[in-house]
Amino acid sequence: MKSVKQIVERYNKRERSLIAMLQDIQKEKGYLPKEALKIVAAEVSVPLSRLYSLATFYKAFSLTPRGRHTINVCTGTACHVRGAAKLVEKLERDLGIRNGETTADERFTLEEVRCVGCCGLAPVMVIDENFHGKLTQKDIGKVLEKYQ
Amino acid sequence: MDSRKYRTHVLVCAGTGCVSNRSMLIKDAFEQEIKKRGLEEEVQIIATGCQGFCERGPIAIVQPEDVFYQELSEKDIPLLVEEHFLKGRPYKKCMYVPEDAKKEIPKLMDIDFFKHQMLVVLRNRGRMDPEKIDEYIAFDGYQALAKALTGMSPEEIIEEIKISGLRGRGGGGFPTAIKWALCKKSPGDVKYLICNADEGDPGAYMDRSILEADPHAVLEGMTIGAKAIGASKGFIYVRDEYPLAVRRIKNAIEQATDYGLLGENILDTGFSFEVEVIRGGGAFVCGEETALMASIEGRPGRPSARPPYPAEKGLWGKPTNINNVETWANVPIIIQRSGAWYATLGTEKSKGTKVFSLVGKINNSGLVEVPMGIPLRQIIYGIGGGIPGGKKFKAVQSGGPSGGCVPASLLDLPVDYEKLTEAGAIMGSGGLIVMDEETCMVDIALYFINFLVDESCGKCTPCRVGLVRMKELLEKITSGNGEPGDVEGLESLADLIKKTALCGLGNTAPNPVLTTLRYFRDEYEAHVNEKRCPAGVCKALITFTIDPEKCTGCTLCARNCPVEAISGEKKEAHIIDQDICTRCGACKEACRFDAITVE
Repeated sequence: MKSVKQIVERYNKRERSLIAMLQDIQKEKGYLPKEALKIVAAEVSVPLSRLYSLATFYKAFSLTPRGRHTINVCTGTACHVRGAAKLVEKLERDLGIRNGETTADERFTLEEVRCVGCCGLAPVMVIDENFHGKLTQKDIGKVLEKYQ
Repeated sequence: MDSRKYRTHVLVCAGTGCVSNRSMLIKDAFEQEIKKRGLEEEVQIIATGCQGFCERGPIAIVQPEDVFYQELSEKDIPLLVEEHFLKGRPYKKCMYVPEDAKKEIPKLMDIDFFKHQMLVVLRNRGRMDPEKIDEYIAFDGYQALAKALTGMSPEEIIEEIKISGLRGRGGGGFPTAIKWALCKKSPGDVKYLICNADEGDPGAYMDRSILEADPHAVLEGMTIGAKAIGASKGFIYVRDEYPLAVRRIKNAIEQATDYGLLGENILDTGFSFEVEVIRGGGAFVCGEETALMASIEGRPGRPSARPPYPAEKGLWGKPTNINNVETWANVPIIIQRSGAWYATLGTEKSKGTKVFSLVGKINNSGLVEVPMGIPLRQIIYGIGGGIPGGKKFKAVQSGGPSGGCVPASLLDLPVDYEKLTEAGAIMGSGGLIVMDEETCMVDIALYFINFLVDESCGKCTPCRVGLVRMKELLEKITSGNGEPGDVEGLESLADLIKKTALCGLGNTAPNPVLTTLRYFRDEYEAHVNEKRCPAGVCKALITFTIDPEKCTGCTLCARNCPVEAISGEKKEAHIIDQDICTRCGACKEACRFDAITVE
């Protein structure tokens, strides 16, 4: 948990930068481990409940571990009218999980997100940080193979 | 700065859309090939911000010839370089061909998508490298800042903005000069300035694109605004989902600070202004100004009641001025070319241009900038090239979850703040989502209400509970259980929420339902009274059937069906078992003979 201290230092232990600290921890660990939150609370001198309220309010945070790869299916309006719901259905069926869940082998976490701003390529899904656009149900299998 | 004189420039789009289409590999391939052919002294490859025509990405423009290349793949590059740069004949295979035409259009300015646009805010898109401040300066960048800091008083700056008629581009359309003057007048030594880049409306991405393509224009606008208001510190609150925009704006801040155009004692005038980037946490409500300020302070982004307005008591209780990205990006050119010039563009009450993201069921998806007052038809058919597959245009949704749907009967509506509001929609941040006959308007209303239920912060009851009740009614209707009186129930809930919710999110939340009811009541009634979804979308109300005349018995549909609902012998017509079918549409997608119909 040394890296958590470094993250806190990066923002000079400033209380107003709590969200940025949590974002960095989320990026590094894939979620917000309880131990990490305790360190942040102690270092910045805020109650743990304060961090919990941030972690549960903002969509970017997760309190449970995620899969090795996060699939974000864009469900913005443009993707919606071009069939995003069908992609979600196909993924849920193939992976055997629902929106927000992680596969038992911890390979994938599936999430719906609101507009990633690539509407020209709708419907879009983002795996980790890679964008895949103009998808149909048929394409899904091939795309997932790349992520083991 | 690279001072070599090149014969030709290849401008490869490096906006998020094209980058996700592997445009950086295209750029590498160009560089390799140009080097291999010994042309590196003559041809320069530049990665630019979003060029707008996202549908056809990855794209590249060759200047000064003005040749537009689209849907490039790495394989195309060797031949393209040989043909274009060695043999001097543009490479036809990668040129744009309109949907209903056969002939390629080589030149960018001959393509309808580009021809009818007017670039003011996006003037630098696709012509410079947004990561190099020298290129911005070469295109007259920071001249407006020099003018404002050395030759204008704060009052004169505000007066110039007032003459221009600039109004907030984030949605509300509040006159920018009045906002600035209020904040300037507020007593206090410390004042803040915020750039709202928490672009949350689904279907809108102009702010992301501006930050990616021209970050210095935003910084320059903010610094001019800071001088006018008397602010010493600014924040850019940007979505963390836009990593490229975050990186480019941070890079721009560093460069501008190095050049003495930001930070302490700017241009030796004694004026100081610094800018910090704050990454949003992924909450739609943070686009609302009071919620946004709470988030910058490190708290959950819950809105608070106004007054007091931010101009009096904003960030940490200090007078604060908030404008969105596109508004800030308009400021430098107004100061540079004059407010009177800007006021010649647009309509009587809506001056200047507006950037729209034209997306959904449209041939030419992308980012377009047009003068205010342009007829909707010109945007959708003139620039957008109409609806794919010869389908019928049904409506365009404008203004995100707070906006509404404008129907086909209003296609000649001039697009400005007033006219859109009269039609029941709003300008919003400028997302235009085009819908065709296969889009169900009740489903769209449910889509937006679902969105808002998710994003409601939960502070006030009308929004937290009222929206859930609306959602339940809409689900009842789309699942085929609608009863007489449900539509009226929706109307009365909508009215109640509109009148009693605390913030802008809640007040406008019923709009998608109200406008679809206003123009598409017949679709609601078909769902309720006839248990029918005219667009063929709502699963409980549709059936998939195979036309035995068209079916060739290729078995592709049966192999793609996830629940084995399709049976039939090879080379004979297949049948769908309606009791097993989950209406996922996989068969229709797979069928090559258009044999599957939805009713």
